[in-house]
Amino acid sequence: MSKANSLLKKAGSILFDNKVMIAFAMICLAAILLSGSSLSFIVDGVFTRITRNTFTVLALIIPVLAGLGLNFGIVIGAVAAQIAVFWVVYWGFGGFGGMMLSVLIATPLAVLFGYLVGKLFNRMKGAEMIAGLILGYFADGLYQLLFLVIIGGIIPVDNPKLIISGGVGVKNTIDLTGNLKYAIDSVRMVDIVTVLFYVVLAITLVKVVLHLLKKYQLKKNDLILFGVAGVIFGISYIPVIERFLSTDRLGLLDALTAVLIVLAVIQLVKIGKSLFIEKAQPKALVKPIAALVVYGVIYALTFIPQIEEVLLFVKLPVLPFLLIAGLCWFNHKLLSTRLGQNMRTVGQSQSVAMASGINVDQTRVIAMIISTVLASWGQLIFLQNIGTFSTYGAHTQIAQFAIAALLVGGASVQKATNKQAIIGVILFHTLFIVAPQAGKQLFDNAQIGEYFRVFVSYGVIALSLAMHAWKKYKKDDQTPTGGPNQESSILAPVSVKQEIQK
Amino acid sequence: MKTLKNFYDNIGLPRLIIGLFFVFLVVTSIVLGFSPAAIFSDVLRRWLMYGTLVLAMVPGIQSGIGLNFGISLGISAGLLGSVLSMEISFLRNWNEVLGAGAPWLTLLLALLFGVVMAAVLGTLYGMLLNRVKGSEMTVSTYVGFSVIAFMNIVWLSLAFKNGELSWPLQGRGLRNTASLSGSFGGLLSNPDVVKSTQPAGLQWLAFRIGEFTIPLGLILVFALLCFFVWLFFRSKLGIAMSGAGENQLFTTSSGINVDKKRIQGTAISTVLGAVGIILYAQTYGFLQLYNAPLMMGFASVASILIGGASVRRAKISHVLIGTLLFQGILVTALPVVNEVIEIGTLPEVLRIIISNGIILYALSKTKGGNQ
Amino acid sequence: MKIEERGTALDDQYLLSMSNISKEYYGNRVLKGVNIHVKPGEIHALVGENGAGKSTLMNILFGMPVIYSTGGFEGEILINGKPTSIDSPHTAMDCGIGMVHQEFMLIPEFNVTENIKLGREIGEPTALSKVFGNLLEKMNWTQMSAEARKALDSIGMLNIEEYAKVAGMPIGYKQFVEIAREIDKTGIKLLVFDEPTAVLTEGEADRLLEIMRLIASKGIAIIFITHRLTEVMAVADSMTILRDGEFVARKEVEEITLAKIAELMIGRKIDKLVDDNFLENRNLSDEKIALEFKDYHVDMPGERVKGMNIKIREGEIFGFGGLAGQGKIGILNGIMGLFDTQGDVFAFGKRLNLERLGEALRNDIAFVSEDRRGVGLLLGESIERNITFSAMQIKDEFLKRIGPMKILDKAKADQHARDMIKLLDIRCTGTSQAVGNLSGGNQQKVCLARAITMKPKILIVSEPTRGIDIGAKKLVLEYLTKINREEGTTIVMISSELVELRSLCDRIAIVSEGKVFSVMKPDDSDAAFGLAMAGVGEEVSA
Repeated sequence: MSKANSLLKKAGSILFDNKVMIAFAMICLAAILLSGSSLSFIVDGVFTRITRNTFTVLALIIPVLAGLGLNFGIVIGAVAAQIAVFWVVYWGFGGFGGMMLSVLIATPLAVLFGYLVGKLFNRMKGAEMIAGLILGYFADGLYQLLFLVIIGGIIPVDNPKLIISGGVGVKNTIDLTGNLKYAIDSVRMVDIVTVLFYVVLAITLVKVVLHLLKKYQLKKNDLILFGVAGVIFGISYIPVIERFLSTDRLGLLDALTAVLIVLAVIQLVKIGKSLFIEKAQPKALVKPIAALVVYGVIYALTFIPQIEEVLLFVKLPVLPFLLIAGLCWFNHKLLSTRLGQNMRTVGQSQSVAMASGINVDQTRVIAMIISTVLASWGQLIFLQNIGTFSTYGAHTQIAQFAIAALLVGGASVQKATNKQAIIGVILFHTLFIVAPQAGKQLFDNAQIGEYFRVFVSYGVIALSLAMHAWKKYKKDDQTPTGGPNQESSILAPVSVKQEIQK
Repeated sequence: MKTLKNFYDNIGLPRLIIGLFFVFLVVTSIVLGFSPAAIFSDVLRRWLMYGTLVLAMVPGIQSGIGLNFGISLGISAGLLGSVLSMEISFLRNWNEVLGAGAPWLTLLLALLFGVVMAAVLGTLYGMLLNRVKGSEMTVSTYVGFSVIAFMNIVWLSLAFKNGELSWPLQGRGLRNTASLSGSFGGLLSNPDVVKSTQPAGLQWLAFRIGEFTIPLGLILVFALLCFFVWLFFRSKLGIAMSGAGENQLFTTSSGINVDKKRIQGTAISTVLGAVGIILYAQTYGFLQLYNAPLMMGFASVASILIGGASVRRAKISHVLIGTLLFQGILVTALPVVNEVIEIGTLPEVLRIIISNGIILYALSKTKGGNQ
Repeated sequence: MKIEERGTALDDQYLLSMSNISKEYYGNRVLKGVNIHVKPGEIHALVGENGAGKSTLMNILFGMPVIYSTGGFEGEILINGKPTSIDSPHTAMDCGIGMVHQEFMLIPEFNVTENIKLGREIGEPTALSKVFGNLLEKMNWTQMSAEARKALDSIGMLNIEEYAKVAGMPIGYKQFVEIAREIDKTGIKLLVFDEPTAVLTEGEADRLLEIMRLIASKGIAIIFITHRLTEVMAVADSMTILRDGEFVARKEVEEITLAKIAELMIGRKIDKLVDDNFLENRNLSDEKIALEFKDYHVDMPGERVKGMNIKIREGEIFGFGGLAGQGKIGILNGIMGLFDTQGDVFAFGKRLNLERLGEALRNDIAFVSEDRRGVGLLLGESIERNITFSAMQIKDEFLKRIGPMKILDKAKADQHARDMIKLLDIRCTGTSQAVGNLSGGNQQKVCLARAITMKPKILIVSEPTRGIDIGAKKLVLEYLTKINREEGTTIVMISSELVELRSLCDRIAIVSEGKVFSVMKPDDSDAAFGLAMAGVGEEVSA
């Protein structure tokens, strides 16, 4: 009796912890059914948006972990990217080279901006979110000043395609076709493999040199990595595979199959390791074998005609996805370093961190710099995919939508994971795609659907902030020592602790 | 010399800069040949137009909920009240039946609806804010945004018969901007409207002296509102509310329910927001729906901060000075800038930079001051 | 052997020697020529009343920033005979000094290993870390868990899992994790325990004492700050007794008794702070009770009242004394409605419903909180506003009716404020000066003015003279006596300064462990007071 009870309790608590995500999923489902759109259309749209937006959403994770809350200031990273894009387009660069140049310009800008924002946040400990919010608007104002007045007005720029007639101020929309459009999307797989191989080669050479200089100890993993890279590179020369890899897009079916194969191999390796190396009990094999079964089932499902049709229809650009995977890996890796551990500590309690000798201010600034730089790269990915540069609008909504997406995925002001970011992007953007059509079916007005999705994006943030504050307020009521992320110090009365009197 | 230093300390550097900037703009305008009377009238009009919305910030700050970015709630209530009132006025044909009294009734009904809805919404909103003590500002910002977004759906769904309000061919949905010229637009502030619709006895509501336009009706209403708020904060209830905002423990130990005071303060703020948007609309001559009020909360916050208020204390003088400076700069900047460079959108950009910059400064200063 | 040589030999046998330590905070001398010496492996207790200077001494030992930002200190610190300058907590750590704080420096969401290794994590160098610095080292959790395990084992904590999250643990375990963290620091030679048993259950406290013995047996010296004298006798080898910032004695545990410790802690000063020329024509009787507490509980974290029973007579000046954290501060805070209460409080026979805000005020009880800046004042408002606030809200005074509204009667309020300023000699520039700009003493007078504006029959003051200058102190205490004698106001005074209580009060209740431990007369012996404060002896209810 009690076992069933505790299982029920567990299920209940899982449901409760993820209530935002589940509620949102249900709204999504309803909207999908209402809209009557074809599955291919939806899945294609969702995947396109995943490609475009996930990088930026992932950039929000680090500030959350470092106790800076939801980084409403990622607008500033986007601004850095857009400044870079303008100049690159003006100077006439395009393609992958142009994109690399944009990265080269945007990154130092983003580092500078991130540093300044970090410093500002350190002055406003406890009010980072509202500060970030206002800062975003402020930065937008400065950006407009730059693009509307200074460019053309003070800095002479002569290009009728970019500048408003009259000579002062940048046009509302800049078409990126022919220069930066699809600059990242259209990188062929075979080129990626080649570049990756050379990068691994370079890293391995550096490690060997350091080893010879006795500054570093070569590890087994380093050699294995090099070996794998070499093998893949070699394989890519086989004609059949070379032809396959010569495109920049991967059909969803092929991608899914490839992913399943890779995952299955990982599980097999796990099984092999535990059987032969660690000699673990059969119970430990349950999980990997179950995983293999699941993969098999998923693969079988792809043979269902409707699903197969969708999977064949959708084609994904490879590099952005690799970049997203890369950022997930980076987030993960960062947390296993000392810097990452420091960030987590600072995020949990600044006072304890300081007492333990961690440089709290510096850690927070570093977190902001990383987030801003990642946001700028995310904006570059976004712009090159969407193909048109909406000069005065591209950066204003991203903070809202990215944060809403992260929250929908189940993240909170204090905790955010890669998984939540990805799930959030999927759910949020699914709603985004189907809402107008659903609105049209339900109310005979597509516009209502559009307004509804905006309402939901604001509402999710408001709800999440309120829930976080509610919990935090209740907790503080019981324990007088408050934690991070409180505006209360701004509004609270001044009370001098008479430490000196003890 | 000491009084000068005191003066400087009291005002603070940013306000000094903004004040001087305003003076500079006014002087430049006159030098460039603009009519001082027109400048005066414009500034006065804008000052009165936004004044009540900024006044709405005071009860919020004093009762301890900080800067009320969620004033959108009150604004939405006011707008909803206005459209309801206009629809009723259209359906009952008041313009024919009541003649000169029609706009008055419409205005009063709009205020009635708006105030009642705002009071209810404000109370609920206050209860929410009590649950999120410590994060009032972030929560209120997003609640405000959500309300505006929700109202968008409402505006689009309403099927009104009043041609001024609805799109002609759709059958459903209100216009983005509804003209108040057939209704209460300019009733208190536009001499032309007053001359053409009102009896001789009411001509003092708005008139011209030479090139100066004096919207006496609006001045009186605004002055009355300011007076009531001032009087309120000298009353037993108002003093208790100010105490609740400044020191919760002190006030609780004096037998006052701090949470209740916060709710009351929020409700009053929301009601003033509703009244404020109605006065704004009547002065402007248009009712702006959909996303227009989105940033009004920010503008009001910036204005009162410029006037010298802090996150925890605000006075009527802050409202008056702040609105004057903020709106004054916006009004005088455009023509001046147009003479010098041909960028029409510069004042808008300036508004964004100044208003957000001053809010940022105020927030950072309070934090620093507390340590 | 020459004295100097003997001196050096003595110094050498001490691990830590702090000599002639003096410190002043803003003109207030809190330590005057204090000495403390600890041998290696010794458990040395540091004993004294509130305000004796124990925490300040430890702050100096630990190189805390607050010491240096307020003018540093005088005196010398020797570690193993060598003069050492400890200018930061980091330096203290390097010298092998660790501290187990009263408020745990733990992160609940982290596991035990992470907490033990906070800020000192072990990393493996990676290629990136060689180029960019040690921030990019990979965390070596395997090694860290092993070391955490060792630290836990060395204090006998075999059943605490190094992978367990700290959040759910009982308080005692959390403290053991703190201790394990200090032990894990390499080269730890001296551990300071600051009131470690304050938050523990009895069982956990016993466990802690065992751990202390275990640690000491490994050669690590311990400085043990506590007010629980029984614990001192149970586990310490020797002790240093401080009183009013001065060094009183260093004794071995064998050569002293509990009673003697108590006596030395309290001291011999009975100089009255208040002149004796107040008429004694009061008729105090047990039949006429002004305030009665029956099984009174207050849930104030850190100062819990756990069942208080006492009757206070009309016209009496009654004192509550006791050490910090024992609950005396909670008494008033419960009545003010700031914390939840249970049990009954009767004012002149009528039961007070403390759930209703302002109940005490409405029943002729006024009060002055111990936290004048945090609770007692509206710092940004004028003197006049502060003084008239309570009377205005509770009794509708200083208001005039205008229609349905009750508006401030400025003239009346102003006049009253001026009267109060004159009566209490409040130094200010006028009734409209912001209270935040006044000195501590004058602020306290404003708080008092606000209370007496209520014309109360019972006046409760908590720590009435804390942090104010001698002149203001005298004035406040004399004023309290005056209104007691002339107007029959019952005064309840809660204070950590025994001298002040013994100067004014007719009876003094010593509060220990949240209850009234004993009710004493002002001229009872010092030893009796000391023992009562330490909670030793029999509980008495009056």
